[in-house]
Amino acid sequence: MDNLYRDFILEHYREPHNRGTLDPHDLHFADSNPTCGDEMSMTLRLDDAKERVTDVAFDGRGCAISQASASIMTDELRGMSLDELRQLDPKDVLENLGVPIGPARLKCALLGYKVLQGAVIGAEARWPDEADVLAGGSAP
Amino acid sequence: MAIEQLATDILDGAALRADFPVFDRAHRSGQPLTFLDSAASAPKPRAVIEAVADAYGHHYANVHRGIYELSEDATARFEAARKAVAGFIGAPSDREVVFVRNATEGINLVAYSWGRTNIGPGDLILSTEMEHHANLVPWQQLAAESGATIEYVGITDDGHLDLDDLQLKLARGPRLLAVGHVSNALGTINPIEEISAMAHAAGAIVVLDAAQSVPHMPVDVVRLGIDFLALSGHKMLGPSGIGALWGRRELLEAMPPFMTGGSMISKVTLAGTTWAEVPLKFEAGTPAIAEAIGLHAAIDYLDAIGMENVRAHERFLFQHAWDALSAAPGVRLLGPASPDEHAAVISFVLDGVHPHDVATVFDGHGVAVRAGHHCAQPVMARYDLPATTRASFYVYNGLEDVERLLAAIRATRTLFGVG
Repeated sequence: MDNLYRDFILEHYREPHNRGTLDPHDLHFADSNPTCGDEMSMTLRLDDAKERVTDVAFDGRGCAISQASASIMTDELRGMSLDELRQLDPKDVLENLGVPIGPARLKCALLGYKVLQGAVIGAEARWPDEADVLAGGSAP
Repeated sequence: MAIEQLATDILDGAALRADFPVFDRAHRSGQPLTFLDSAASAPKPRAVIEAVADAYGHHYANVHRGIYELSEDATARFEAARKAVAGFIGAPSDREVVFVRNATEGINLVAYSWGRTNIGPGDLILSTEMEHHANLVPWQQLAAESGATIEYVGITDDGHLDLDDLQLKLARGPRLLAVGHVSNALGTINPIEEISAMAHAAGAIVVLDAAQSVPHMPVDVVRLGIDFLALSGHKMLGPSGIGALWGRRELLEAMPPFMTGGSMISKVTLAGTTWAEVPLKFEAGTPAIAEAIGLHAAIDYLDAIGMENVRAHERFLFQHAWDALSAAPGVRLLGPASPDEHAAVISFVLDGVHPHDVATVFDGHGVAVRAGHHCAQPVMARYDLPATTRASFYVYNGLEDVERLLAAIRATRTLFGVG
């Protein structure tokens, strides 16, 4: 537990990066964490070729883990292509978060990833298989 | 900080923990397990675990079928469990007790069987804003499929069912009122005798979700004046996968089966089928035999303590926990303040910390609580909250658990820099 709420997690929670809503935007999606009902929305702007991310913002209310994870993940998205976003590995999202995530908090840690996938591929985006993601070695 | 004890507790929760093997388990925090999530599901005493093992080990065969000693033995034990459930809730007859998987299945049985026979286009169904999804979604579905209208009785700011709103909505002639006895999200104890009388005067039958009351207080279906009651065994120290639906016999007898198949028939020909008598009409397929026997053992365990004593003990713990949490900085409590109107289920919000984070930090101190919407999202919406943290108490809890809860709250506020 003490490994989970490290100072940088709490800093991202108090002052998340890339918070808000971009208007206008090219992509938008909103979703919720089924275990707690927390909602998150994300907006992205693309370059003129509609190929690469120029800006991203997320909004909503949630726990420290979901907010920090989205804050850290969105910092990495500018300049990435849509193909790269589609291929983003949820294990990498957990690794970038940098704290041990077990099954109870996995959906919190991946809410931002899920909303991003929804923005890129649409409502058919699914939660990643928990066993696959946790087999990545991030679990405590 | 030791809590000042206002009176003497009638039960020694710490001593009862010796009956529950789960408390022997080492917690990863290195702290003793402070289990405050009994409203979700309760640990099992050794007597229940052993009864299930004994049923499988020495008394197991299919019930109501075999013409041999072992099956007669299993059937007798299964039917004795039905009698025990009937006795526990004051049912006039054990023939009015249907074994189901849990309260959810019991409510669905009524919604499918009674509902699809008696509810049609233009009819009104009443539920409440306070319900667990189990006593809300089945009625929403029934309304959608039958063309009926569903409306919800509101909640007051202090967590009571709004009886004025109930009266207004009853005046419009609903066929059915689906209401919970104790709110799993707020802890409110609803005045069911009064509510039943109001509903019956308006011509509505009453379906009571008693999942949170039967484990914690004396419940008598006749005194409450209700028509159906659903309970879950796993919340009352019994096994998972076994629960019961009680219904007034004339209602059960007039209802068609819910699920069909083996065991529930009187005679089957290729031209058609007639049904077994209640309650077997509603028990298609091989039931949860050992689990029913385990539920019987749980009832015996609770009866040995006495449900009046269980209630008094929980009232004592509620009063101390409520007073201490009220005085704790940064804590916002939900539900009625009076211990007469509030079961030992305390939903709260810690300012500046999300309930999921609260529960994770608590877990680091060995304190198990529920965080989330408690399968009662309309209750969360009513108070404009995404989620709450919930501490719920049972026979094996004591004042030391209240103290550990308060210590965990202080630690959480310190960690998040809000204390």
